[in-house]
Amino acid sequence: MNIPIEYYLVLSAFMFVVGATGVIIRRNAIVVFMSIELMLNSANLSLVTYSSYLGNVMGQLFVFFVMTVAAAEAAIGLAIIIMVFRNKLTVNIDEINLFKW
Amino acid sequence: MNVELIVFIVFALVAAVSSVMVITRKSAIISAVFLILNFFALAGLYLLLNAQFIAVVQIIVYAGAIMVLFLFVLMLLNEHTEVIAAKSKKKLKLFGGITAALIFVQLAYLIFYQNASANINPIVEKSVEIGKIGYIGTKLYTEYVLPFEVAGFLLLAATIGAIVLAKKKFE
Repeated sequence: MNIPIEYYLVLSAFMFVVGATGVIIRRNAIVVFMSIELMLNSANLSLVTYSSYLGNVMGQLFVFFVMTVAAAEAAIGLAIIIMVFRNKLTVNIDEINLFKW
Repeated sequence: MNVELIVFIVFALVAAVSSVMVITRKSAIISAVFLILNFFALAGLYLLLNAQFIAVVQIIVYAGAIMVLFLFVLMLLNEHTEVIAAKSKKKLKLFGGITAALIFVQLAYLIFYQNASANINPIVEKSVEIGKIGYIGTKLYTEYVLPFEVAGFLLLAATIGAIVLAKKKFE
């Protein structure tokens, strides 16, 4: 582990920013979901980096739980998208305005 | 240039480029494939960080389970998702790009300003030890058994919720 820790952190920051941009600019609900997965993964990368550089297992355990939550979130979110698609026949988030009246 | 740095640069480049590809491709299926590539590059980085267990779980859970779910839903809704993918507004793209660049510059400045590598001296043997599945498993089943059970219960709730949500209505 001769690489400076900053390299990993900058890569993680870059991936997080790309994911956030994806949430802002994309209109397809499923791609927005993928961008959220990108952000979760960048957080995981930070956690694992600090965990192994500091020699503390807590970070890797936390990544394990983040993955659990990400799996649950993907299952529920995609079920919601399917349900919305069944009612509205679209996954464009501009046209899904259920809470507008 | 040692080997470790070269491997890191390769994986980091793949991860960065594929993450950009995910949000710029028009077709959602191609985005999903690039996301899988991104997950594999991250698994490589985890191996480089001596976190073997997390690397394997990354491939099994993310690249396996979650992406199969994504691709399945994409195929299910295929004909409609292709058409609407391109229509994001110019102003929104500009706003998103500028915001992203600003936040990234701030984050990078903070990361390098901290000068963390001067204060951290990693011990390779220790990081190899904590990355092994035996060590993580022991911790999970002794010290962190309550969060572990709660995570299992969360997965059960999510499974039931997904079935209830996606079930066809009988009318």
